[in-house]
Amino acid sequence: MPIKHENAPSIGKTASCDGYSLPASRRNLRDRLPKTGFNTLKSLGIALWFMFLTFPIMVIKVSPLEKTIEWRWSRLVYVGAGAFSLSMLWRFLIYRMEAGTSFKKPLQERLSLFFQRKKSRKATALAAAFIFAALFPFIFSTYQTSIMISALMYVMLGLGLNIVVGLAGLLDLGYVAFYAAGAYCYALLNHHFGVGFWTALPLAGAIAAVMGIFLGFPVLRLRGDYLAIVTLGFGEIIRLVLENWNEFSFGPSGIAGIDRPWDFGLGFTLRGHTIYLFYIVCLLVLLTMVVVSRLRNSRIGRAWIALREDEIACEAMGIDKTRTKLTAFALGATWAGFGGCLLAAKTTFINPASFTFMESAIILSIVVLGGMGSISGVILGAFILILMPEYLRAFSEYRMLAFGAAMVIIMVFRPQGLISATRKRYEFPEEKREGEKP
Amino acid sequence: MEYFLELFFGGLTRGSIYALLALGYTMVYGIIQLINFAHGEIYMIGAFTALIAASALSMLGLDGWSLLAIAGLAAVIYSAAYGFTLEKIAYKPLRKAPRLSPLISAIGMSIFLQNYVLLAQTSDFLSFPALIDEFPFMEDVTIIRSSELVIISVTALSTALLTIFIKFTGIGKAMRAVAQDRIMAMLLGVKVDRVISVTFIIGSALAAVGGVLISSHVGQINFYIGFIAGIKAFTAAVLGGIGSLPGAVLGGLVLGWTESFATGYVSSDYEDVFAFGLLVFILICKPSGILGRSSAEKV
Repeated sequence: MPIKHENAPSIGKTASCDGYSLPASRRNLRDRLPKTGFNTLKSLGIALWFMFLTFPIMVIKVSPLEKTIEWRWSRLVYVGAGAFSLSMLWRFLIYRMEAGTSFKKPLQERLSLFFQRKKSRKATALAAAFIFAALFPFIFSTYQTSIMISALMYVMLGLGLNIVVGLAGLLDLGYVAFYAAGAYCYALLNHHFGVGFWTALPLAGAIAAVMGIFLGFPVLRLRGDYLAIVTLGFGEIIRLVLENWNEFSFGPSGIAGIDRPWDFGLGFTLRGHTIYLFYIVCLLVLLTMVVVSRLRNSRIGRAWIALREDEIACEAMGIDKTRTKLTAFALGATWAGFGGCLLAAKTTFINPASFTFMESAIILSIVVLGGMGSISGVILGAFILILMPEYLRAFSEYRMLAFGAAMVIIMVFRPQGLISATRKRYEFPEEKREGEKP
Repeated sequence: MEYFLELFFGGLTRGSIYALLALGYTMVYGIIQLINFAHGEIYMIGAFTALIAASALSMLGLDGWSLLAIAGLAAVIYSAAYGFTLEKIAYKPLRKAPRLSPLISAIGMSIFLQNYVLLAQTSDFLSFPALIDEFPFMEDVTIIRSSELVIISVTALSTALLTIFIKFTGIGKAMRAVAQDRIMAMLLGVKVDRVISVTFIIGSALAAVGGVLISSHVGQINFYIGFIAGIKAFTAAVLGGIGSLPGAVLGGLVLGWTESFATGYVSSDYEDVFAFGLLVFILICKPSGILGRSSAEKV
């Protein structure tokens, strides 16, 4: 091999994916673990524990006013049976994960290899996605399109928050404040001055960015979780002010009758408007993706990542900490502002109830669940988290239960997120590696 | 003056409940650096268990202090059990995961538990029986109610007991050791998993105590009470300096008073704005909270 080998081993190790033998430490672990993940007695114990645990809340239903008690014993049987089988499955899966019994390469790695082998494959996939997106509103109903619009909006929000949380490593729990700022910016401008969507869109982004800088400046001294709670506090303050300052924001009743984006005087129907908005969102998502991926590999993007990894080392390397963090805050907020403006245009009605802490939590979940710092991860995360509750409507009341459970399960079995971010790294040319083989 | 004292004791009561919840947050944070977002839900489950137990028992003819004691005990036991199970399911598999993953799993658990109670019970507000009787000697006193007196004294007692527990028992020492340096504690033979479980159990039990007392004081509960209380209590924990037990209590009380006085003298609409405004202000002046030690970052 002609390349200098002194500092190559680490690169070579990650780049060569052919020799996928089980590392020694894992082999030992497998020997130490029981031969199967099943253990009936333990599962029985767990089932009994859960029957005890759920007894008061599942079985007894009281109505304090009428002074009656309803006993629902049959539920206890369901809980027991469910807990028994789930604990079997759970421990089997945990066992498999820890022992690494799957000899196959991880799906993500196989996929990325699949696309790397031939450039044309990537182009084909992109073209297919593009055509699918272009035809989507014509294939599916207005309702489906409208759901897709919200999913895409969350893709945008997720990518924006990804700058702050994923790249710069600043945990922001009050992201929704900027979202609200964007929405109210368009709604108020439209209400008072009749400003159109296209004028309001950049304004919303700018106002959110300015707000990001204003909020960011005092809090950037704080580290980690202190930052988290202060941003949470800011988010709540903004919502409460919007709720109570009636003269400014029309209070809890919100603002209705916001104009949809201008239709060039063509007189669109509701379906027409939805399709139009769908394309606008698609375009904005595309723009976001391009900007975020370009940013990530730029000087500022690398500064963010470096700052996330080690602040002191970063300062020693001459990176202006405050400015770098502030740009992350401001840029992240800009996308939230765009998102808010879109929300106002989509629903034509906004009120403070749309901007609760839960919204921030959902956007954060999109980022972490999808895989922090990875663009495709965030997109996948947004589709799962936003589309799942929509398509689970068949189970109506159980959907939020399933949603919460799914969040826990995905995190337990894939803690690094669905698609983890990969950094740019040096790869050996394909032919050379094959030539190495005996 | 009387109005001031009324507000003062109202704030103290509220602050006591925040303090009880904040202790759970701060202990868990101190040991595994996790914001346990589902802590508020544990408090809510405690309140629901107490309501169910109290309703069932009062139909058997129990009343007065014995009813409060048994319902409270049931709430404490069940909350502790839920806290224990929560940790085993949602956090233990994530010990070595990236830092934000347990946080998302906690948010997921919080959504799950809320909806579990919503589906198994009801989404309406349930009226909670007043378990705390009026004291006969309190008849002439107007500035403070009997239930407030009970809440304040129970909180003081629990805090004192917790302090003794942490300071003098073996497991308390182990908890402090794990909080300081988990790996070193492990090397010295501390069973870290057990210590974490005990932390969750104690934190959840304290949350249940708070849940029962405040529900009895306010008189109604629903599945959503835990969420807001949880956020407030976390605010209190950070306000006092997260990871510090006296800090949690102090933070809770300061938060309670701020809210109470803001409601009484300014406007009840902006109660939460004052609470969060105070938090932001204090953290900007003193980034590690009132009693938190500011640790220099190691290179």
